[in-house]
Amino acid sequence: MPGRSTSNEPFSRRFELRDAREDIDRVERAIVDAAARQSYDDACRYGLRLALGEALTNAFRHGNQDDPAKRVLVDCEVTPRRIVIGVEDEGQGFDPEAVPDPTQDENVEIPAGRGILLMRAYMTNVVFRAPGNRVEMTYEREDGEG
Amino acid sequence: MSSTASRLRVAEQDGITRIEFVDRNILDEANIQQIGDEVSQIIDARAEPKLLISFENVDHLSSAALGTLITINNKIRSKNGQLRLANIDPQIYEVFVITKLNKLFEIHEGAEEAIASFT
Repeated sequence: MPGRSTSNEPFSRRFELRDAREDIDRVERAIVDAAARQSYDDACRYGLRLALGEALTNAFRHGNQDDPAKRVLVDCEVTPRRIVIGVEDEGQGFDPEAVPDPTQDENVEIPAGRGILLMRAYMTNVVFRAPGNRVEMTYEREDGEG
Repeated sequence: MSSTASRLRVAEQDGITRIEFVDRNILDEANIQQIGDEVSQIIDARAEPKLLISFENVDHLSSAALGTLITINNKIRSKNGQLRLANIDPQIYEVFVITKLNKLFEIHEGAEEAIASFT
């Protein structure tokens, strides 16, 4: 794309988010743009934005309980081989294993609980660190991709 | 910045309410809440609502938006109504497949096909 840098310089950044409505979009754009500069393809960037949005929304809503005094911290590294993102809130944490599987027949009509499923579907690896207020997501570029 | 402008384009034809979204990205929690409220008002105003929701021009959808669609579907079914979804971009359709919501919703490729499916 004309005018767009395709530099292979790794992108490493920390973000401090205080306002879900203002900051989620800003951080998503910064990280997805960094992935574009490293030539990650459209499908990767689509999934990255979705997974990141779910992690950030969960952090503000379920982690910080929408408390405006609490922050969400994001650390991110985008290199030619992988994208690593940590999202940490200031809440009590939770047990991700206790979240019901939303794809089970008995849960499919429940309106909530699909964010973690989508994060796991679009990222290569998703790990919640105890007590559950930090999630680390990794996307590994496959050979021949993008 | 807040706005109370409608997030929907709504058209009536032959007893079918066709709904399209103003936004390309249905991600923001406040917008999703507003969309849910506006569609709920449409459902409440009809005896047996027949709704076609078209995703033409929509690029991104979050899990919160999926949750709102489930709530809309439950509400329509409780009034013996019918809901159809159409014009879903392949990347968004994949989200429906991952969540298995493609089995819950009646999804059609185009609006005309969806309209013809109402009984």
